[in-house]
Amino acid sequence: MKTKLMLVVMLAAVGCKKEEAASTTAPAAAAKKSVKIGVLTDMSGLYADLAGPGSVEAAKMAVEDFGGKLGDLPIEVVSADHQNKPDIGSNLARQWMDVDGVDVIVDVPTSSVALAVSELVKQKDKVFLASGPGSTDLTGKACSPNTVHWAYDTYALANGTGKAVVQAGGDTWFFLTADYAFGQALERDTSAVVTATGGKVLGSVKHPLNASDFSSFLLQAQSSKAKIIGLANAGGDTINAIKAAHEFGLTKGGQQKLAGLLVFITDIHALGLETAQGLNLTTAYYWDRDDQTRAFAKRFAPKVKDHMPTMVQGGVYASVLHYLKARQALGAGNTSGAAIVAKMRELPSQDPIFGAGTIRADGRHVHKMYLYEVKAPADSKGPWDYYKLVREIPAEEAFLPLEKSVCSLVKK
Amino acid sequence: MQALFSQLLVGLINGSFYALLSLGLAIIFGLLNVINFAHGALYTCGAFAAWLLLEYAGVGYWPALVLAPLLVGLLGVAIERTMLRRLYRVDPLYGLLLTFGVALILQGAFSLRFGSSGQPYQIPAALQGSVDLGFMVLPYYRAWVVVCSVAVCAAVWWQIERTRLGALLRAATENPTLVRAFGVNVPRMITLTYGLGVGLAALAGVLAAPIYSVRPLMGADQIIVVFAVVVIGGMGSIFGSIVSGFALGLVEGMTRVVYPEGSDTVVFVLMALVLIFKPAGLFGKAA
Repeated sequence: MKTKLMLVVMLAAVGCKKEEAASTTAPAAAAKKSVKIGVLTDMSGLYADLAGPGSVEAAKMAVEDFGGKLGDLPIEVVSADHQNKPDIGSNLARQWMDVDGVDVIVDVPTSSVALAVSELVKQKDKVFLASGPGSTDLTGKACSPNTVHWAYDTYALANGTGKAVVQAGGDTWFFLTADYAFGQALERDTSAVVTATGGKVLGSVKHPLNASDFSSFLLQAQSSKAKIIGLANAGGDTINAIKAAHEFGLTKGGQQKLAGLLVFITDIHALGLETAQGLNLTTAYYWDRDDQTRAFAKRFAPKVKDHMPTMVQGGVYASVLHYLKARQALGAGNTSGAAIVAKMRELPSQDPIFGAGTIRADGRHVHKMYLYEVKAPADSKGPWDYYKLVREIPAEEAFLPLEKSVCSLVKK
Repeated sequence: MQALFSQLLVGLINGSFYALLSLGLAIIFGLLNVINFAHGALYTCGAFAAWLLLEYAGVGYWPALVLAPLLVGLLGVAIERTMLRRLYRVDPLYGLLLTFGVALILQGAFSLRFGSSGQPYQIPAALQGSVDLGFMVLPYYRAWVVVCSVAVCAAVWWQIERTRLGALLRAATENPTLVRAFGVNVPRMITLTYGLGVGLAALAGVLAAPIYSVRPLMGADQIIVVFAVVVIGGMGSIFGSIVSGFALGLVEGMTRVVYPEGSDTVVFVLMALVLIFKPAGLFGKAA
C-alpha cells in the first residue's frame, strides 16, 4: 500500500510539471487587433538565466525602441515556459498561433523544441526568430522560409573556439556531450572543425540533459588522455562540468584543458572567475565591447536582477527590432510569415548588439563573432568584468559558408 | 579495471547524498506516515542557507555545516507545527499534496530571487586539493562527504534502533495513546522527528553546495531518484534506506562505465524489478 502510494506520487510529480505548462499559457486574445510577439522560452529551468525572463524583457525593449505601435496596431509581448520539452513547446506554439493570434515566436532555447516549433510555424505561415537554439539543422536540412536563426549556432561556436584551440596546440579532443539535438550537433560540428584543422577526436561520452554529477564522465575524459576536453553542452550542465573538472584537478598541471563550446556570461558569473579563468569561448555579444553594447546592457540589467544580457537575450532584442522594421516596410496588412521573412532578408540589419548584419537565403543571420578568454580574478576591475578579446571573427568566416549548406532554399 | 574502480568510488560519493536524503525521507515516512515531497526543496534550502550565511553574515563552511541544518530544521518544525500537524488524521495523500505545494513555493521563491544558474560556493580551504590514489584523483572534499555521510547515517540508525529514545519513538508510531500514558509528550516528539529528517536533508544540501552550484532546482533533480531509492530499500526501513542509498550510487557508477546514456534510468529499472519480485522493497516487511 505504502509503496503503491509512493509510485502514484512519483508519477504525479512528473505529470504535474506538464499541467503547470498548460496553465502558464498567455490569456486568450481579445477581439482587438494587434501585433503579437510570443516569447517561448525556459522560464524556470537550467536555461532560465541565459534566456527566460531576460528574453521577455529584451523583446519588450525592442518594442519600446520601435515606438510601441506598428502603424495603428499596438504591439503586445506574451510569454510562456516550454520547459525544454518539445511536446510542451509545440503545444504552446500551436495554441498561440491557432487561438491567441500570435504573429511571431521568438527565442526558444533548446534545439529539440526549436526544430519542432520551426516546422509548425512553417505550416501556419507565421515567423520564427530563433536566437535561443544552437543546432545548425535549423538553417540546414530543416531550414524553413519562415525561420530566421539569430545570434549563434553550433557551427559558429565550433569554428570560433574549436579552430582557435587546435591552432594553439590542443590537437586531441574528447567530448562531453549533452544527449539531445543541440549537444549532438555541437559535437558533430566541432569534430569536423578539429579534424579539418589537423586535430584528432579520441572519443566522447553522452550525458543526460541536466545531469547533476559530472565526475564520472570527467574520469572517462581523463583516461582518454586527450589534451582537450570539449564541453558540448550548455547552461547548468556546463557549469557543473567545469566545477567538477576544477575539483578533480583535471586542469591542474596543464595536462588537460577544458574548451567550453557554448558558454554564456551568466555561466561565468555562476562559476566565479577563480574557477572559470583562462577558458576560451566564442560569443556574438559581450556587454563591455563598445559604447553601444554597454548602453544596451545598462538599460537591460536593472530589469533582470542586475544580470548582464547574454547573446541569446541580445538576439531576441535585435531580431524583434528587425522583424518590426520589415513589417513596417512591407505594410502592416501583410501578415504572411514567408513574405515578412523575405523582407527581413532584403533589408540589411543594424542594431547596437550585433552591429551590421544580413540574413541569407537559408535563414541564417550573419554578423561578426568574437573569441574571448575569461579573465583571472586579479585582472577583473569590477562586477561582470569577465572577458578579454582574443580575436574578432569576420562575418563571412564565422558561419557555415552558403555553398556548403544543405538547405533546400539555397539555389546552387 | 582502473575505470571501474574510479567509477565505483564516484558512485559511492553520489551514494552518500542518496543515503542522507533517503534516510531523512524514511524516518519521516516511518514515524509520521508523511511522504515528504518537500525533501528536495529542503535540501536546496540547506545549500542556500550555507550560501546566504557566507554572503550576508560572513559565516564560513564549518559553522554552516551545523547552523544551516539547524535553521532549516527549525523551518521544518514550523512547517510541522503550523501545517502538517492538521493532516495526520486524514489520508496520507493530503500530507503529500501539502509538502508538494511547499516544495513548489520554496523552489519558486529561490528562482525568483536568485535566478536559475546558481551561486558559487567555494570548497573550504582545509579540504582543497586532492590525493592521487593511483587509479584516480580523489579530491579531499569528496572523501570528506563520504566520511561525513557514513558517520551521520550510522549515528542516526543507532539512535533510532538501539537507544531508549529511539524505542519510544518507534513505540509512539505504533500506539501513540499508550506511549502518552507513560508520560511522554508524543506531539513534541513527532515535531522533533520531522525537524531531524529535514535537518538531514539540509545537511546533504550544505555538503553538496561546494560541489554542485547552489541552484533552486538542485533538489528537484535529485528527489525523484531518492524516492526510488526509498522504494527499493523498503518504505520506512531506516537500514534499508541507508544501504540502498549507497548501493544505488554504486550501481549508477557502474552504469556510467558500461552505458553512460542509461545512467539516469538504471535506478528506475531496478525499482521496477524490485517491485515485481519483492514488492515490499529489499529490506521492507510485507504489509
